[in-house]
Amino acid sequence: MDTPPALALDTVGFRWAGRMAFGLSVPEFRIAKGARVLLLGESGSGKSTLLSLICGINAPDTGSIRVDGTEMSAMRAAARDRFRAEHIGIVFQQFNLLPYASPLDNILLPLRFAPARRARVGDARAAALTLTDALGLPRKAMTEATADRLSVGQQQRVAVARALIGAPALIVADEPTSALDAASQANFLDLLFTQCAAAGSTLLMVSHDERLGARFDRSVRMTDIATMTREAAA
Amino acid sequence: MILLRLALRSLLARRLTVGLTIFAVALSVALFLGVEKVRTGARASFGDTISNTDLIVGARSGSVQLLLYSVFRIGNATNNISWETYQDIAARPEVDWIVPISLGDSHRQFRVMGTTAEYFDRYKYRGGRALAFSDGRAFDDVFDAVIGADVAATLGYAVDDPLVVAHGVASFVSHDNQPFRVAGILEKTGTPVDRTVIVSLQAIEAIHVDWQGGAQLPGQGTPPDRIRQMDLTPSAVTAAMIGVKSRLQIFTLQRALNEYPSEPLLAVLPGVALQELWSIVGIAETALIAVSGMVVATALLGMAAMIFSGLNERRREMAILRAVGARPFTIMGLLMMEAVMMALIAAVLGVALLYTGLWLLRPYVDSAFGLYLPVEPLSAREGLVLGAVVLAAAVTSLFPALRAYRLSLSDGMTARN
Repeated sequence: MDTPPALALDTVGFRWAGRMAFGLSVPEFRIAKGARVLLLGESGSGKSTLLSLICGINAPDTGSIRVDGTEMSAMRAAARDRFRAEHIGIVFQQFNLLPYASPLDNILLPLRFAPARRARVGDARAAALTLTDALGLPRKAMTEATADRLSVGQQQRVAVARALIGAPALIVADEPTSALDAASQANFLDLLFTQCAAAGSTLLMVSHDERLGARFDRSVRMTDIATMTREAAA
Repeated sequence: MILLRLALRSLLARRLTVGLTIFAVALSVALFLGVEKVRTGARASFGDTISNTDLIVGARSGSVQLLLYSVFRIGNATNNISWETYQDIAARPEVDWIVPISLGDSHRQFRVMGTTAEYFDRYKYRGGRALAFSDGRAFDDVFDAVIGADVAATLGYAVDDPLVVAHGVASFVSHDNQPFRVAGILEKTGTPVDRTVIVSLQAIEAIHVDWQGGAQLPGQGTPPDRIRQMDLTPSAVTAAMIGVKSRLQIFTLQRALNEYPSEPLLAVLPGVALQELWSIVGIAETALIAVSGMVVATALLGMAAMIFSGLNERRREMAILRAVGARPFTIMGLLMMEAVMMALIAAVLGVALLYTGLWLLRPYVDSAFGLYLPVEPLSAREGLVLGAVVLAAAVTSLFPALRAYRLSLSDGMTARN
């Protein structure tokens, strides 16, 4: 029996409600378990919409989205939020952290909404510090300072630790390197890959930088998998 | 637990606006509780003005009027009780003791009251406390006067100082031919006694020896030594305080006095008349509560406005929470939790402010207004008020929280600042 793909979208159709009628359809998109996939797309290519569907913030109007074999599109909103907390780790471009909280609290936050993930972690604090050690973050800064005291690069690495704690099936990273300089970018990707591999998590990273493609198992263009429709308001 | 900690940290991060908001609510809470304390203190002080007296009897008028002039020395009696009637009442079997009160003269701005020495034993205030002398003693001569603490303080009198009594309340003419002497000074009571000059009934007669029909007789005036030998039995008194032998007889005696055949009298129970008087004063009380309630409401609205104005810059924070799996409902709860925490801190701070204020102002309020404010633990009612403030904060925060709910639904994890 085959293991189910980490992510599978089939005949997905979605349309934003509201004045700007804007639709997105994805006939088929799959990511195998454990793969590292780069999704290339310019801004305005529907990336954000696609990510909000994959993460279960929004549900598609038609079609199916399965994460780690679980049909997510059939769930109600609250169940999708819970599912996201349990199975998906998210890293944004920047401003990932609650600035007033300690980095450690930021890392532990998703566990508050994901009991199973929390149970899997065991000693959450120790697990978080193991991750931050591996990501080369100073321990003292993790517990004593607030997150806004860290450099941008450090903040991105804390965000990786938050996404990875409890080893969720899927990591979604939305341009996580664009706020970093070239040297830090490479270093950051190394750490991200290593930790994803250690956790056994599948990685979907979005970027507009095609040069990164070489480092991934596969790169996909937004235009190859999705069609966007724009209509004037009725 | 982590959410509670995050909410606290979030408040701390905005300590200036949050602190000001909390302080405003705390002040309003302290004001509200302070008004409550003053109100209950005033009511207690008021009710404490006279105690252990079963009936007050005077010429027929209104019960509030009788109480006002006999106890509070406000206004004037419309009529007197004749001395015969007074004697008749005193002789009734139900009467344990009776103390006459004769009003109508003044010394400077203070009322002069004629009575018997028994007054100092029978008059009780604040739940049975007796009058005490801070200096000197009760009168035993016709020209002796006992003065209240405020009289002594205002006029700077000491024992043995002379004083001159004027006829009528506004001192148009002085009875300056008969100098009185301060025989005793009473301790502060917080009652109208503090503002009264107390003399014997005979003294009241003595003042008027040379008067007839409201005018002074021409001539030198009768020398004090002659007056001392005259018969100074009064012809009338203004009112009388009565104690009965058995409390069961109060109403029998009251009815008998109210139906007294030869003279129209009115007998009132001081407690009942005080209640009646307070129900008039009570309107101001209600207004005070309403105003301080408004202040609390204003402070809470200010808090809601502060949460509202902060929402936009916190959309990023909400997006992060949504990304890690928080439901919009959780974000709404977080905002309400913040409001409740602010209200709780404000309530505690308000109580602290109240007691600090009470502790600082109490001696002043007691001496200046005769208002005794007890420093005691919060009453159940005050606890209820605090609970209501926290509850009101939760309800008020519902509006910004609902807006946050809608924002986090529409924003999702979209990065917006």
